[in-house]
Amino acid sequence: MDWSSILGNTARAAIGLETVIYALAAIGLNVQFGYAGLLNFGQAAFVAVGAYGIAVTVTVLGLPFWLGVVVGLVAAVLLAVLLGIPTLRLRADYLAIATIAAAEIVRLTVRSATLRDQTGGSSGLSGFAEGFYDLSPFTPGQSYGFGPWVFGARLAWILLVGWVLVAVCCLVVFLLMRSPWGRVLKGIREDEDAVRSLGKNVYAYKMQALVIGGVIGALAGFVFGVGRASVQPDLYGTELTFFVYTVLLLGGAARVLGPVVGAAIFWVALVLIENVLVQAVGAGYVPDWLMSSTQVGQVRFMLVGLALMLLMIFRPQGIFGDRRELAIDAR
Amino acid sequence: MPADENRPDLTDLDEGTPHGGGGSHPAIAPGPGPRALAAREVLRDVPRVPGAPKPDPVLVADGVVRRFGGLTAVDVQHVEFQRGAITALIGPNGAGKTTFFNLLTGFDRPDEGSWTFEGRSLARVPAHRVARRGMVRTFQLTKALSRLTVIENMRLGATGQVGERLLSAMFRRVWRGQEDSNTRRADELLRRFKLDAKREDFAGSLSGGQRKLLEMARALMTEPRLVMLDEPMAGVNPALTQSLLGHVKDLREQGMTVVFVEHDMDMVRDISDWVVVMAQGTVVAEGPPDAVMADPAVIDAYLGGHHDAPLTEEDEAEQIAAAEAELEREHDQEVGR
Repeated sequence: MDWSSILGNTARAAIGLETVIYALAAIGLNVQFGYAGLLNFGQAAFVAVGAYGIAVTVTVLGLPFWLGVVVGLVAAVLLAVLLGIPTLRLRADYLAIATIAAAEIVRLTVRSATLRDQTGGSSGLSGFAEGFYDLSPFTPGQSYGFGPWVFGARLAWILLVGWVLVAVCCLVVFLLMRSPWGRVLKGIREDEDAVRSLGKNVYAYKMQALVIGGVIGALAGFVFGVGRASVQPDLYGTELTFFVYTVLLLGGAARVLGPVVGAAIFWVALVLIENVLVQAVGAGYVPDWLMSSTQVGQVRFMLVGLALMLLMIFRPQGIFGDRRELAIDAR
Repeated sequence: MPADENRPDLTDLDEGTPHGGGGSHPAIAPGPGPRALAAREVLRDVPRVPGAPKPDPVLVADGVVRRFGGLTAVDVQHVEFQRGAITALIGPNGAGKTTFFNLLTGFDRPDEGSWTFEGRSLARVPAHRVARRGMVRTFQLTKALSRLTVIENMRLGATGQVGERLLSAMFRRVWRGQEDSNTRRADELLRRFKLDAKREDFAGSLSGGQRKLLEMARALMTEPRLVMLDEPMAGVNPALTQSLLGHVKDLREQGMTVVFVEHDMDMVRDISDWVVVMAQGTVVAEGPPDAVMADPAVIDAYLGGHHDAPLTEEDEAEQIAAAEAELEREHDQEVGR
């Protein structure tokens, strides 16, 4: 077994493209679910709206890249407002139902045959990312980084931008959540009627949280679309949302750095297990009747699932969570 | 949470309060304060009929009706609450007291009716605007914000905070001054409610009685003129009752109006200047506590009218005779067959 390759891949996964995407999506969800208690089960829709915002604007309309970013952000705001208006006055579960349905509607709409010319149907769109890579200060063909973290010019550029976005979003969340505004949000999570009785417009705060979380989700979509230089509708299914929830709970909800640490752990675990299994099957340590190399992809999710279960049993508050808070929750 | 009530830290809460000997605060001083005497004096000549006009009403409700399907939960023709007084709203279970409370404070919408606070209409005004106008409420099931600390609970109560606006929230300089002054006011209230030792604890770790105190203190952070308390004594350790009573009386001494829902008749008799009795959604009686509690309409309301009224001896004898006659008839029929 080639341990240096396994460890190298694992180390790169800790700051890789998937980690950035899931960290951003989870930071957005943290604002909604972690701080405001909003059950948004449609974070995949916000990610999709960001990615398709750029893709459609650039490839179909032929407009510049930066305009695609603006379109993606505006679309995320509109989606949040559209979802929020009918559901935020109702009980929390209505938002959950509406968002999970909306996410599927978004996915099925962009993959529909009728809109093939606009959104590319089930095969999606590509060739919209060059405007972004043209801005890169890195020379194509060169490698950048140190130690195990050496990336090609294109990946290095999107990772740099991605991590800057993560840092900015974390800073914004930190500044917001230590403010009286953040306190109102946390109050709403605990009991919105109590907050209402103290003269706060709960509906407006919930809407603001939904919009901010959705916009950060759209940023994840930018990195997702541009990083792969293509968009495919089936990458924005419900499992994306559930992985984002996993990442958030893993790191610890309502903690500024929780989503970032959660995303890194999630992808490190996934990549490590996959690499070890592939090598073990290849070297014949795992007998054929137990697992073939094509089954590794499924088995790694089983093992990650098992690891997550153990983590939730022995550290239910997540990596950064406060056990004191959880004890209160259980009353 | 009976286990929590026995926690040793509760004792420092009760210290000095039950017998009124301890502090220098007016809440603890024995006997009615000047405002209590004034309120009772003003209300002395008010007729003891449902919907009686008050000399200086702060809250007036007219024709407020709330139906749930076929059931009319609240149907209040007219009721006025006197400014600066403590008014109790009593009535048997299901009388519509809490529903009426929810309607007045904007937490529920009536099917018909109008009501005014300080002369301005509150119909269709959302709950948070009602609170901003100076009419704050507490809840029957205490709503302490569990995973916020006690001091954060208190700070949340302050109104008009610049830092609660999204655009200024990120810039601490903008709201720091206001936050500091709010914190000072919060600390003062916490001392008064003897919760200062709990300042940094999560509100969820407090006992039931302490949560009631915190909820009341937090409501006061909004600087209200009318305080609506929904069953302030429900689930409170008897040792804390006197302390809570003192705080309620204290609100009146500070010039606030208090309306509260309560089941504990001793408390009603002790602190209220005026009592409004509801039964089956309507106001059936009002008057000073002693007069109301002697009112047959009120006793009927509580005991369910004439159906379950205790029998007089004559009635009882009559019923027994009738039952015996019935038995005899049955017996005769059996024999005759």
